[in-house]
Amino acid sequence: MPSHDIERNRIVRQALSIAVAVTPFGLAFGLTARNAGLGLGEAMGFSTLVFTGSAQFAAVSVLADGGTALTAILAGALLNLRSLAFGVALAPFLGGPLRFRIAASHLMIDEAAAVGMAQQSPANRRFGYLAGGIAVFVLWNASTAVGVLFLGAMGDVVTDAGIDATIPAAFLALLWPRLSNARQRIMALGGAIVALAGVPVLPPGLPIVVAGAAVALGTRRSGR
Amino acid sequence: MSETWLTIILLSAVTYVLKGLGPILLGDRRLPTRLTRLADDLPAPLLAALVAISTFTAGTDWTLDARAVGLVAAGIALWKKLPFVVVVIVAAAATALARAL
Repeated sequence: MPSHDIERNRIVRQALSIAVAVTPFGLAFGLTARNAGLGLGEAMGFSTLVFTGSAQFAAVSVLADGGTALTAILAGALLNLRSLAFGVALAPFLGGPLRFRIAASHLMIDEAAAVGMAQQSPANRRFGYLAGGIAVFVLWNASTAVGVLFLGAMGDVVTDAGIDATIPAAFLALLWPRLSNARQRIMALGGAIVALAGVPVLPPGLPIVVAGAAVALGTRRSGR
Repeated sequence: MSETWLTIILLSAVTYVLKGLGPILLGDRRLPTRLTRLADDLPAPLLAALVAISTFTAGTDWTLDARAVGLVAAGIALWKKLPFVVVVIVAAAATALARAL
């Protein structure tokens, strides 16, 4: 039926736009990985197997700063606690054979969850989640490869073009929707302050972890 | 095994467990409210910490350089409700301009 097709086309367009929007971030990840001394295989290992932008950046930054694997994993894993919340929110729409649920879970990233949760009907939520997840997976990995192979070779040109500033801008863009809520704004400010305070005294990667844990637990204890 | 591959394999395992816990194990059952609330609260401070560290530090030192200009430009672009990709381009352009001046 036509209205059903129109709806699906709209969701596919949403999925594709968000995947294209994530592409500079993938390029930046490829570049960051290369600058941290990672090879193509290692960078692609992060993008295919870990497949969560912020955790990949966090882990690679920790390694680049001379941190241990344990610190890198801890930083990445704590950043990914939100996948748990997304998974719980989307589980009702991702029913089916165990094989399907195992495969679909790998796509549990911010963008896929956002496209899924933005839809009205349960069937469209499932469709939106899968469309967003697959689109981002393909472009994320392609852009990681391009970042390692081509941007890395350009070195200074990239810094001169301000590509290194795309990382904080992308984090800010991901944070932005939460800043309309006063409580989340205070938590964000607290997180930034705690993290910066920790940088000179804590091992690489830990300031982010401490900032998240301290602020989230602190506001919870104070009864919000 | 290299430190990098150890990180990739263990981090992907931990990440996969976090991603799949809802769809694979819980199905329609719910996590304790406390835990989901904590998970809801973590992204804001964590993302803000990432913004702060990726803008204002180099290694274990605080810095203030052209990246800060890019961040302010990104904030203005977001406030003007420009799309994600434009925000990122604006930040890069502003940073490049600040470096060129």
